[in-house]
Amino acid sequence: MNLSMRWLGDYVRLDKEITPRAYSAALTMSGSKVEGYEVEGSEIDKVVVGKVLSIVKHPNADSLVICQVDVGAGQPVQIVTGATNVVEGALVPVALDGSTLPGGKKIHKGKLRGEVSEGMMCSLGELGLTVHDFPYAIEDGIFLLEEDCQVGQDIRSAIGFDDTCVEFEITSNRPDCLSVLGLARETAATYQKPLTLPRPAVEKTVDDIHNYLSVEVKNPELCPRYIARMAKNIKIEPSPRWMRERLRASGVRPINNIVDITNYVMLEYGQPMHAFDYQYVKGGKIIVRNAADGETITTLDDVKRTLTPDMLVIADESAPTAVAGVMGGEFSGINENTHMIVFESANFKGSSVRITAKKLGMRTEASGRYEKGLDPQCCLPAVERACQLVEQLGAGEIMGGMIDVDHSQKEPHTIPFTPDWINRFLGIEIPAEQMLEILARVEVSYDKEKNLLICPSFRADLEEKADIAEEVARFYGYDKIPVTAIRGVAEAAHTPRQKFDRKVQEILLGSGLHEVITYSFISPKYYDKIRLPGDSPLRRSVVISNPLGEDTSVMRTTAIPSMMEVLSRNYNNRNPSAWMYEVATEYHPKGEDQLPDEIPNVVIGLYGSDADYFTLKGMAELLLERLGIEDWDIEAVTDNPTFHPGRCARLIAGGEEIGLLGEIHPAVCENYGIGTKVYLAKLDADRLFALGSDDLSYHPLPRFPATSRDIALLCDDRLPVRTLEKAIRAAAGNLLEKLELFDVYKGQQIPEGKKSVAMSLTLRAADRTLTDEESDGLMAKVVAALEKVGAYLRS
Amino acid sequence: MWVVPRNVVDDSLSSLEWGRKAFLLSPPECVRTRFNDEVIQVKEALEAIRRAAIERLDAAKDLKSLDELRVALLGKKGELTAILKQMGKLTPEERPVIGQLANEVRADIEKELETRMAAVKQAMQDARLEAERLDVTLPGKKPLLGKKHPLTLVLDELKDIFLGMGFDVVQGPEVELDYYNFEALNIPKNHPARDTQDTFYITDNILLRTQTSGMQVRVMEEKKPPIRVIAPGRVYRSDAVDATHSPVFHQIEGLVVDKGVTMGDLKGTLEIFVKKLYGEDAQVRFRPHHFPFTEPSAEMDVMCFNCHGEGCRLCKNEGWIEILGCGMVHPKVLRGCGIDPEVYSGFAFGLGLERIVMRRYNIDDLRLFYENDMRFLDQF
Repeated sequence: MNLSMRWLGDYVRLDKEITPRAYSAALTMSGSKVEGYEVEGSEIDKVVVGKVLSIVKHPNADSLVICQVDVGAGQPVQIVTGATNVVEGALVPVALDGSTLPGGKKIHKGKLRGEVSEGMMCSLGELGLTVHDFPYAIEDGIFLLEEDCQVGQDIRSAIGFDDTCVEFEITSNRPDCLSVLGLARETAATYQKPLTLPRPAVEKTVDDIHNYLSVEVKNPELCPRYIARMAKNIKIEPSPRWMRERLRASGVRPINNIVDITNYVMLEYGQPMHAFDYQYVKGGKIIVRNAADGETITTLDDVKRTLTPDMLVIADESAPTAVAGVMGGEFSGINENTHMIVFESANFKGSSVRITAKKLGMRTEASGRYEKGLDPQCCLPAVERACQLVEQLGAGEIMGGMIDVDHSQKEPHTIPFTPDWINRFLGIEIPAEQMLEILARVEVSYDKEKNLLICPSFRADLEEKADIAEEVARFYGYDKIPVTAIRGVAEAAHTPRQKFDRKVQEILLGSGLHEVITYSFISPKYYDKIRLPGDSPLRRSVVISNPLGEDTSVMRTTAIPSMMEVLSRNYNNRNPSAWMYEVATEYHPKGEDQLPDEIPNVVIGLYGSDADYFTLKGMAELLLERLGIEDWDIEAVTDNPTFHPGRCARLIAGGEEIGLLGEIHPAVCENYGIGTKVYLAKLDADRLFALGSDDLSYHPLPRFPATSRDIALLCDDRLPVRTLEKAIRAAAGNLLEKLELFDVYKGQQIPEGKKSVAMSLTLRAADRTLTDEESDGLMAKVVAALEKVGAYLRS
Repeated sequence: MWVVPRNVVDDSLSSLEWGRKAFLLSPPECVRTRFNDEVIQVKEALEAIRRAAIERLDAAKDLKSLDELRVALLGKKGELTAILKQMGKLTPEERPVIGQLANEVRADIEKELETRMAAVKQAMQDARLEAERLDVTLPGKKPLLGKKHPLTLVLDELKDIFLGMGFDVVQGPEVELDYYNFEALNIPKNHPARDTQDTFYITDNILLRTQTSGMQVRVMEEKKPPIRVIAPGRVYRSDAVDATHSPVFHQIEGLVVDKGVTMGDLKGTLEIFVKKLYGEDAQVRFRPHHFPFTEPSAEMDVMCFNCHGEGCRLCKNEGWIEILGCGMVHPKVLRGCGIDPEVYSGFAFGLGLERIVMRRYNIDDLRLFYENDMRFLDQF
């Protein structure tokens, strides 16, 4: 909402010393947030009214003329111009030597084709104006002033381009403040100044509305009030300068007197108005009704729209002429051929207007106001004001009588007055009288007998005592409320899960991984990019019904594409390596109308810096180890199309898969434009949490020496070392303290299809020194067990 | 007999130490007697050994030759031992005299040997250290340590601040029911306040939460007062991506409900928070605002760090920078959660994480957070 300070001055007199900045600060602190302000014409400097004394041809240029212009400085100034509309005796804006125009343009004295030019005569555009501001002027040419002004006068005051506009951010609960009067009320309350409300009245009427029009409201629930007044002998012309100025300052384009009046009243009262051309009200009847199914209307913007029965329309006998509270029909507009008009000042139900506007995809100034819920009691003064302005502007003659179909709630809303509660709630101590004084400023009155506060009809937002507390607080001053501490003991602690999450974070950071954060939604095409099988259940995602674009249209069921995107971006930005992790949520849909499962996953992604499969696996092992997960298994996965068939494994614990890791399939890398090897692991954080343990307990340091035995085995190349390890552990039992792989060898001296695996076993008993016989016996059992799985001691 | 019996030849320093001990323990000078020629001969021989030994030691320049000398002079088959073997020829009176002299000579040689050994060792060590000299300004070898995302970095700090103020940290679903995100927060369907939050819908009743405020309701449904929690998390709005907009961003919701909670408590709590975040001299102001789920509502501004309230480009000439929205929990919201507003009151607040992080690190483009370029992540 843009407020013209000049307009505001009609209703509240503020001290001259109050600067726009101070005013903005004061209103912001009392609850009407100021976004900024603009002093009109502040970009214009040293531009004055000049009178063209003489015009002669330029000696050296056919298209130029030389003007002598009186600028009120004794000597006339000489100006060379190419404009053709200048005539002797005309008043024109003159930018003097050293002047500034909008956009920071500087004007200096100079020579044009050898002739001195001491300034410039300005067009509308050069002053930052348009023909809508001054309908008598032309777009291409010098602005020939038809204003009552003096030669030498500053152009800004001469054309009334010196108002200050303050831009307010009005919250949705205060549609009453989307008006000059509403803001005047807030201003008066803030500065404790009297508010002068207008009392519009029509002086003279002719004829009677009832001779021409009847109104029927078929759905009073959606239209609590409908007022119509009429005027005849309408003369369409531009509105006077003062009105145009105020409209412009409020950001509204002046059109013609009748349209301007409806806009002016809307800005002043916050009540949208509509003016119908009577000749298009067929049968002299206005019917407010729900649209018939499939009924159509061509709206003012020349679009044919199909209506549905939940939409309210203004219709005549034959067809809808306007969508109620949203936009008029093509024939409802005012033009030069309009002779008789009907002013509509109506109240429509907010939610209905909102739904209609949304469905039709056209939010208008009117619908934006109606949908917030307007005051039905405002319809009357608004229509009176419009009629008064018609009269005042000589735009037509007002007819006697008025049609007012009023189903509105007249009983004012009341709230019990609870000063003690308000004091306790806010943490202040102010007397009840002071509260009542503050409330009176916003027109909340007090019935002492019943101890009730009576709310004005335009404040539908005042519902209960908390709302009253806010009114008291904002005029008492939020800044004056003393600062206190919450009573009671502050006790808070991390939950086990939060401790776990931090631990995961520490381990991953300690592994040299940088944390990333990615969008939770992806494109369904990303499932193709990671080569997810067509029948994979992961392709069933939570789908956003109104996405921004396909790239962000489904909630990911796997976080792999997100990590691949990050790695791809880094690779394409030529970062030599990227070691990343994310604790990324995956969203798995459940039944219709059920919220999906949101599963956090630890995702690790690597390329560069000598990363290989075992770097990745080492990280996963470290994570499991540090989380206290000891009992886990790993097995090769050869059929996951996202991964290299020979370099992928699943981690298993507690009988289920807890994660997957491996080298990304080259085809997937290619899909992401990555020309290097990528390693990726994904572990289910909820399962890790369930399996993990914080239980640490000290084991006494060994008191007896250990025995170390190395063995070199020969086995089938495809036999996983994990199988050998398992066999050894099972055979050696708890005397095996440590088992370490130290070599895997293929090549010379090893038969084709075989490999040599060398391992070191550390044996120790807690209660004695193992004898050689014991160790030998144990090793014999180990060797026997190994033979069972197909591994033999190398001879 | 003060000559220490020695069978040690190959010992180096330890034998010297022993020798010195013997020397130091020697008694006052013995009674002078008349000596025969043999005594004189032995005496001269000892003196000669001493002189020669010093000369030879002077010539020796390294540890090896010094060690060889030690063996030659003091060893089992050494010259001094050879002399001492002649002691048998002496009278019992003469023996102590010669013995003492021999000890003196031995001690002198050992001392010289020790000094030279030490000097040579020192020189060798000096040479080695010199050879090992490094350009200590060369880059160090850093252990690889990952970095938290800047959003997490600051979020963890905020969580710790609130935890210290007695706020538990809770989490809730991102895919949320319309009821929690809007209805229960006094934002019914077709309420104009929904316009300020362009919403991604899954179905008519399920959406991507546009604010963490729904957590107020979830917490109040689950837990009875006193309540003191924060709920950080992702939120979603249908905003096209640009430098200041992202369809995904993070909020932190706060909620306090108890008997007798006042608006003064709201101000006090948030002021403490801001001072912990920005330092003791940070200044805040509360100005009226509107949220459907709080009444009274406010926005909290922090005085611009750049211009200290004067107004500058950073604060759009306002002198203040908005950092959060807050207010007293609306009685309708309390009632909806089965909490009696006549008995309990509370306040709630919500702040945007990205905005705080951007300000802290002077980041001017929101997109950087979600692009995750190593060159960006590496800066925090």
